[in-house]
Amino acid sequence: MSQSNNVKQKRLILRTVILAVFIIVLGYTIYSNVFKNPAPVQVGDIAPDFELQTTNGETVKLSDYRGKGVFLNFWSTYCEGCEIEMPYMDSQYQFFKDKGVEVLAVDVGEPALTVKKFAEKYNLTFPVLLDEKQEVTKRYGVLPIPATFIIDKDGVVLDYIEGSLPEQSIRVLMSKIVP
Amino acid sequence: MKIVQCECGHNNPYGTQVCEICGNPFDENEQLLNMRYEGAARRSQTYNTTIVDKIWNFFSSVKVGIWLIVLVLLGSVLGTVLPQQQYILSNAPPETFYEEQYGWFGWLYYTLGFHELFKSWWFLLLLALLGLSLIVASLDRIIPLYRSLKKQRVTRNTSFLKRQRLFSASEVEHPEESIQSVKKQLEQKRYKVKEENGNVLAEKNRFSRWGPYVNHTGLVIVLFAAMLRFIPGMYVNETVSIREGEYMAIPGTNYEYYLENEEFSIEYYDPTDEKYEAALERINGLQAKTYQTDANLYRNIGSTIPGAQPELEFVKSGKIIVNEPFTFDSISLYQTGYGTEFYKMMFQLANKETGEQFGTVEVNLDNPQEVHDLGNGYKVKVLDYFPDFEMKEDGPATKSKFPNNPGIAFSMISPEHPEGEISFVAIRTNVELGDNDYKMEFISMLNRDVTQLTVKKDHTLWLIALGGFIFMIGLTQGMYWNHRRVWLQQVDGEVWIAAHTNRGWDGFQQEITQCIQDTKLSEPVDQDVTVKKSKESE
Repeated sequence: MSQSNNVKQKRLILRTVILAVFIIVLGYTIYSNVFKNPAPVQVGDIAPDFELQTTNGETVKLSDYRGKGVFLNFWSTYCEGCEIEMPYMDSQYQFFKDKGVEVLAVDVGEPALTVKKFAEKYNLTFPVLLDEKQEVTKRYGVLPIPATFIIDKDGVVLDYIEGSLPEQSIRVLMSKIVP
Repeated sequence: MKIVQCECGHNNPYGTQVCEICGNPFDENEQLLNMRYEGAARRSQTYNTTIVDKIWNFFSSVKVGIWLIVLVLLGSVLGTVLPQQQYILSNAPPETFYEEQYGWFGWLYYTLGFHELFKSWWFLLLLALLGLSLIVASLDRIIPLYRSLKKQRVTRNTSFLKRQRLFSASEVEHPEESIQSVKKQLEQKRYKVKEENGNVLAEKNRFSRWGPYVNHTGLVIVLFAAMLRFIPGMYVNETVSIREGEYMAIPGTNYEYYLENEEFSIEYYDPTDEKYEAALERINGLQAKTYQTDANLYRNIGSTIPGAQPELEFVKSGKIIVNEPFTFDSISLYQTGYGTEFYKMMFQLANKETGEQFGTVEVNLDNPQEVHDLGNGYKVKVLDYFPDFEMKEDGPATKSKFPNNPGIAFSMISPEHPEGEISFVAIRTNVELGDNDYKMEFISMLNRDVTQLTVKKDHTLWLIALGGFIFMIGLTQGMYWNHRRVWLQQVDGEVWIAAHTNRGWDGFQQEITQCIQDTKLSEPVDQDVTVKKSKESE
C-alpha cells in the first residue's frame, strides 16, 4: 500500500497547488478590479511630481518644495466651494508661509485670463497654477473639486480631503505639515 | 482507499466499473456497458478525506459545471435588461440614475452590480469558477481515460464483449481464416490492428477522444487571457479629445507620446441627393458621411512629468477614419466621435455716433489675450472673461470651463477716453457702464472642431485568438472523427465480434459489414435497439 499512499500524496499536493494558484489569480483579479480604490494617489504615497506655469508665468515644480509642507489644492472659478475656501486658504497662508508651508492652488483647465482675474479679485498671494491640459488633475485622479492633498516635507501625502474646508480645518491641516 | 480486484487478478481503483485490463464488468445488472470513460473510476470518486479533496470533488461534477454555465448565461441575459453604465447619460450619477429611472428594480439592478456586469465581483467569480470546473473535471476524466486506453488488452473478458452495443457470435468452419480475412480488411480501412493468441483488436482515431479536453484547454486559455486585462499595461481602453490645431498626451503612454490634431474634416450626405433626401428629412438634419482626423504623432524626448512642457520630436503622420485606426507600437487610435466648439470671437471697435471703425479684435476663447493695441491711441483690453457666462448675485460668473456662452468685459481706450469705457459683451447681450461713446461690434464667431479618439492597446488579443484556435481544433477533433474499436475473439469455437464507437453507429456498422463480407461471419447486431425493443414490449 505504500506505493498507493505515495500516489495519493502526490495527487493531494497537485490538487492543493492547482487550487492555490486558482485562488491567488482569482483573488488578484477581484481585488484589482472591484475592491481596490481607483484613486491613483492615496494617503501614504509619495505625491507625484508635476510642473506647471503660474498665472504670472513662472514655472513651479512640486519637487522643488521638498523640505517644505505643501497644501496642494485643486479648484476652479466656477466651483462655489472653492470660492468660499480661497480667502481662508490665503489668510492661513499669511500665517504659515514663514513657517515653511506653501500653498499651491491648481486650476483645473480654465483660460489663464479668467483665473488671473479671479485671483486678483480675491487678492490671492499664493501661487495659482494653470493645469491647461489637465494632465496633473488626471494624474492625481481628482474628480470632484475642491480637493486638497496635504503633503509633508518629504513629499508624502498625509491626507486627502474632498470638499470645501472651513478656516479652522485649514489651520489644523497646515500645522500638520510645518517642517 | 478501497480496491476492486478482478477475476484476472488486476487491482482496480475504487469506483471502477469495468476492469482496466481485461474489461470484466463489475456491475452484472447492466445489459449494455457504459463505455463513456471506459468504465474507469473518475478520480474524484476515489477518496473524500481532506477539505482539498472535497472542493476538488465538488468542481469535478459535470452537473456543477452545467449549473455554472446556466448562471453565467442568466447573469448575461439580466445584464441586458437595463442599459449598462457606459451607455447611460454621462453626467448622470449611476447611484441615483437607475433608481430614478426604473424604480425599485433599478435600485436592485445597481445594488447587485448588473449596471457594470463585467466588472461585478460575482460575475467574475462565476467565470473563474467555471474555469476551475473545466480544469478539475477535465483532469479527473482524461487521466483515467488515457490510462485505460493505454492499458487495454487485446483479449477481453467474454462478458465485456457480450455487452458491447454491436455484437455477434458465429459458428464457422475456419475461425482462424475468417479472423485473418477480417483483419486484412480492417487494416485496409486504416485500422491499427493488434493480435494476441489469435484474437484481434482493431482500433482507429483514438485521438478523437481527446477532443473535448483540447477544447476545454482552449476555453481555459480564453478565460485566462480575459483575466490578464486587469494587469496594468496589458490593456488600455480610453478616450481623448483634441481640439483642431492642438496636441494632447496619449493616455496609457505615460506622457511619452503626444498626438496633434492637425486638421479635422467632415463630409455630410448631400441633402439634395434624391437617394438620401427622404431619409435625411426624417432625421431632420445633417448626417455625417465620413469624418477624419489628420494627425501627427510626436515623441516626448523631454520631461515626462505631468504638466511639463514636452519636447516633441515628430514620429509620423497619418489619418484616422472610422474603422481605420492610426497605429504605432501596440497602440491603436480609433476615430469615435467629434464635436464643435466656439473658438474665436471677432469684434470691431466703432464709434457709436459716426460709425467710424478703428480695427478688429480677435478674442481666442480658449486663452484670450489681455491687450489688443489698435494703434493711433486706440486700445482694447479684456478686463475679464467668462467662458460659460451666467449672471449671479455678486456679478458675472462662469458655469464651466467650456466656452459654451462666452462673456467678455472690455475696456475701450480711445484718445477721448484714456481711462477706458467699459462694455460687457456676451451672445445677444451688450451691457454698458454709463453712456459710452464707443462700442464693441460683434462681427463673427469662428468655430473649431474637436476630435474624439479612443486609445486601445490589447496585449491579450493573441492569447484569446490562440485559445479560440485551440478550442476549434478540439471541437473538430472530437466531432469529425470517431474512435472505433473492433474486437475479434475465439470463444468456445465461435468467432465473436464486438465493436464500440463513441459516435456514428450506423456508419460504423456498415464499415464492419463491408469487412466481413468475404467471410461467413454473421453481422453484428445493434443491441441498443434490441434492448430498447425488449424494454418497450415489457
